[in-house]
Amino acid sequence: MISPRYWLLLCLLLSLNAHSRGTGDMGVLIERGSSSLQIIETSGNTSVNRVVGLGDLSHASVVYSRDARFAYVFGRDGGLSKVDILSAELTARTMQSGNSIGGAISQDGRLVAVSNYSPGGVKVFDADTLKLVADIPATFGADQQRSKVVGLVDAPGQKFVFALWDAGEIWVLDMTDQSSPGIEKYRDIGRNPYDALITPDGRYYIVGLFGEDGMALLDLWNPSSGVKRILPDYGKGEKKLPVYKMPHLEGWAVAGDLAFVPAVGRHEVLVINMRTWQQAGRIKVHGQPIFVMARPDGRQVWVNFALPDNDTIQIIDTQKLAVIQQLKPGKGVLHMEFEPRGEEVWLSVRDEDRVEIYDTRTFKRTATIPAIKPSGIFLTARAHRIGL
Amino acid sequence: MIRSIWSVLFRIETALVLGLMLSASLHAGEGISASRQQDLRNLLIQDCGSCHGLRMKGGLGPALLPSMLRDKPAEYLSAIILDGRPGTAMPAWRPLISPAEARWLASLLLQGELQ
Repeated sequence: MISPRYWLLLCLLLSLNAHSRGTGDMGVLIERGSSSLQIIETSGNTSVNRVVGLGDLSHASVVYSRDARFAYVFGRDGGLSKVDILSAELTARTMQSGNSIGGAISQDGRLVAVSNYSPGGVKVFDADTLKLVADIPATFGADQQRSKVVGLVDAPGQKFVFALWDAGEIWVLDMTDQSSPGIEKYRDIGRNPYDALITPDGRYYIVGLFGEDGMALLDLWNPSSGVKRILPDYGKGEKKLPVYKMPHLEGWAVAGDLAFVPAVGRHEVLVINMRTWQQAGRIKVHGQPIFVMARPDGRQVWVNFALPDNDTIQIIDTQKLAVIQQLKPGKGVLHMEFEPRGEEVWLSVRDEDRVEIYDTRTFKRTATIPAIKPSGIFLTARAHRIGL
Repeated sequence: MIRSIWSVLFRIETALVLGLMLSASLHAGEGISASRQQDLRNLLIQDCGSCHGLRMKGGLGPALLPSMLRDKPAEYLSAIILDGRPGTAMPAWRPLISPAEARWLASLLLQGELQ
C-alpha cells in the first residue's frame, strides 16, 4: 500500500519535472493563417508545441515577461493574450480594443501597454492579470479627434513612448505613479509617423515618417531640447516608388557608430552616423526594404523586402557598406529573428508555409519548420532588452 | 434582303450576348487562370490584409467589409486598387495587377468572399 504522502511527493516531482527546463533558448512564431503560435527552441531548432485561439494575427507582435516564461501576444483584432510557453497554455486573454498594432512591457515588468488604431490610443494592463490600469486616448486637434497609435516602445524610468499617425505627434507616458500617469507631448514632428524604434540604451527614440522625407528624433536624456528632424533631404526630388508594405523600424540595426534604416519609397537602405545624425551612406538594394536588422554582433545587416520582391533576402557587410550576399528563401519572407549570439537566423516564408533557419556565416540552410502562414518570430532574449 | 437584315441583326444579337457573357465571366474571374486566382486571393488576404486586416476589418487602412462598401461601385474600387489614393498609404497596384484582376478583387470584396 502506497501512502498518500508518497503520492503527494510523486505528484510534486512530476509537476516540477514537467517544467524543468529554462526558457532562454525558446521563442514563439506567429501563424497568422490559423490564429495560432508555435513554441520553438533554438538548441535543436525544433517546434515544441502549438497554442491556438489567438484571433486575427495579421501584424501580431510579442513581448516577454522578465522571467521569459510568458509571451504577451498583441493581435490585430485588439486581442491581448498571455501564453505560458512552458506549459503551452493560454493563461489570460482580453479583447481590449477593436483594432491594435503592437505593444510593450514596462521596465519593471509589471505593466503591458498596447497601441491601438481603433479607438486610437494606448491601454496599459497589469502584466499578471491583464486588468486595465490606464486608458490613454490619443486625442488631438480642436475637435479632439483620435489618432491611430504606432511605434510603442518601453523606455527607462517606467516610461512608454509612442507616435500618433494622424496627428504627427510623439507622446511620452510616465507610469511611475499608476494612478496618475504623466504625459509629455511633442507636436508637429512630421506627417504620418509610421513606426519608431528606441536605441538599445533607451536614449534615442526615432520615428519614421511616411508623409514626408526624413525621421524625427527625440533624445530622452534631454527631452527639453525637443524633437529634431534628421535625414531631412534624403532622396529629395526623386520620384517615390509605390510602397506595398509599410517598413518596420523595430529592431534597431546598429554597427559601431552607424545605424541602418529602410528608405521609404526607394530601393535603398540608409546609413546614419549616430554621433552627428547625418547621413553616412545609401546602399542600393533589391526592393523596398521592410526589416533592416543587424546580426547581434553588428557585422552583418539582413534586409527583406515588400512585394513584388518579398522572396529575397540581402545581406549587407557593415564594414564594406555593400551587399555581399543574396538569398531566395521562398515566396513571402516576412520576418527575421537572430538567435541571441547571431550564429543562426530564423526566417518566416509565409506563402510557402514554412520557417527556415540559416547559418549566418555560411548562408546555408540548417533547418526547416512547417508553419501555417508564418509571420513574426520572437525569441525570449527579447525579455531583457530595452525597447523590445 | 430581309433575310440578310435578319442575319445581321442575329449577328449583332450574338455579339451582344457573347459580350455580356464575357463581362460576366470576367466578374466571376473566369478570364483569370485558377492558379492566378489562388495567388490573388492569397494577396488579398495576406498582403492587402497587412493594412486592412486579415478579415478586412481595417488597420492602418480602412475596413473593407461588404457592409461598408455598399455604396461603392466595383469600378470605383478597382480604380483605387489600380491607381492608389495619393496622399495616403494606399499604393497603386497597377504594376502588379491587371485591370481585369482588380475588377475581380473588387467583386470579391463586395461579396465578402475572401476564403
